[in-house]
Amino acid sequence: MSGAAAPVLSGRPVEGAAEEVLAQVRSRFGGKVVRAGIPRPRVVQVMIDRADLVDVCRHLKEALGFEQLSCVSAVEWPDRFESVYHMMNYYNGVTVQLHARIPKDDPKVASVCVLWNAANYHEREAWDLMGIVYEGHPNLERILLPADFKFHPLRKDFPQEVDRQYISRRKLKGGK
Amino acid sequence: MPGFWINMGPQHPMTHGLWNMKVKIDGETITDAKPEIGYLHRGYEKIMEVREFQKNVVLTDRLCYVSSLTWSHAYCLAAEKMMGLEVPVRGQWIRVLALEIQRVASHLMWLAAYGPDLGLLTALLWALRERELWLDLLQLLTGARMNQNYPRIGGVRNDLPENFDGMCRRVITHFEGKLDEYEKLLHDSKIFHLRTLGVGRISAEDAINWGVTGPNLRACGVNVDLRRLDPYETYDELDFEAQVWKGSSAGDSYARFVCRFNEMRTSCDIILQVLEKMPTSGAYRTKEPRRAEGDGFARTEDSRGEALFYILGDGDDRPYRVKIRSPIFCSMAATPLMLRGNKLADLVAILGSIDVCVGEMDK
Repeated sequence: MSGAAAPVLSGRPVEGAAEEVLAQVRSRFGGKVVRAGIPRPRVVQVMIDRADLVDVCRHLKEALGFEQLSCVSAVEWPDRFESVYHMMNYYNGVTVQLHARIPKDDPKVASVCVLWNAANYHEREAWDLMGIVYEGHPNLERILLPADFKFHPLRKDFPQEVDRQYISRRKLKGGK
Repeated sequence: MPGFWINMGPQHPMTHGLWNMKVKIDGETITDAKPEIGYLHRGYEKIMEVREFQKNVVLTDRLCYVSSLTWSHAYCLAAEKMMGLEVPVRGQWIRVLALEIQRVASHLMWLAAYGPDLGLLTALLWALRERELWLDLLQLLTGARMNQNYPRIGGVRNDLPENFDGMCRRVITHFEGKLDEYEKLLHDSKIFHLRTLGVGRISAEDAINWGVTGPNLRACGVNVDLRRLDPYETYDELDFEAQVWKGSSAGDSYARFVCRFNEMRTSCDIILQVLEKMPTSGAYRTKEPRRAEGDGFARTEDSRGEALFYILGDGDDRPYRVKIRSPIFCSMAATPLMLRGNKLADLVAILGSIDVCVGEMDK
């Protein structure tokens, strides 16, 4: 897309586009892809290491036409963090779900703000709630919580008043 | 650069909620802007982690009180994708019907807010008068005017009430006449043109790059409607075209207004088609598993843009992690681009045209 003119889009999904995207990603980043597949129609799932994030994103945006970054989600697993990017190609309706693995003891990952400005707010939110540092972000401040808040509440070690709010049936029966 | 910062909000009539738009002005011209959000943050993503899958539906309703059904539907859709559930066909049709009724009600609420933003109180009274009819339809269907708690993981809560299609047709016949009246009031008004034409422009490239979606993006001339591009439920069996701005001066307040306004006509058309094509009997709900593992996301065309739920399960009866992508959260990031260079007096007209809903923005 170039110039001020709006792109001409069909607005309809294209058959077989997801398989093509997956093949292109595999051929370009073969060894770097930890896991990849097509879990559902029009969805490509790719898992990579954090070191390759910007390279893969740049290729997806500039060569494969994923011009819209929909969402950046930070996830905490028992053994690692993940930064999950959902991006969409408006020309064929394919969505890529890109997981970047981040080690637990060093929650840092490169920012993709240079590619998509949409990442600005999402990365701020992920830092605010999950405490993942997006390196190279222009303005990594808290966005939803007050500036003097000292915790990252979406971390699993941030407690909730579970018992008072809600008791599951399993718990009542004596389970965990 | 001369100029100073002023706060529009958090207590200001134009905010329609609680948030703060800091604007830097040089005389009457806005040179920079900085939205400050988070006043309504309730920690939804955290609360949802301790509630069972099905019980979260009632929470997601409250993300946006204007358009609650579309939000609980997006959540259910994402949970179904994670669990690998297939909703019965009739359940899908009922959902489409309910979603489009909710979309019209939501757009009417926007119109009712946008009129007074421009100093036109008549639009408030007219739009709320007609919104009542759509809320009556929702009440017939779900039992509640707002916060319906209607979609369920695996279908919908109850079947259509008796003679619901007749009621829908009556409302639509009445409403389409009223839409013509609105057009005379707004489209044909010279003052309305002066306030909106060429004001608050954003280019298509910027809009895509900043993550602006929905009617605000289609107003830039970008033909993207997730009901067509990534069809969910039974939208692929319906025959309709997305409302895309085709004229000159794309991306201004007027284009956003026209796209959103015409979407109400499209929704009426969709409802009539649904009533024709929907099977008259059959199951509308399937049983959902109590526990689930895996991940799933659903993106839907919400009234304000692209709503995305990303849900992870670890084999428990509750979600391990839920991520909510709010369309207004992203559009808000792009508002400085729309505001720069405009007059301070137009700020309200620009922000009103993007249809802010603070509940979903702050989560």
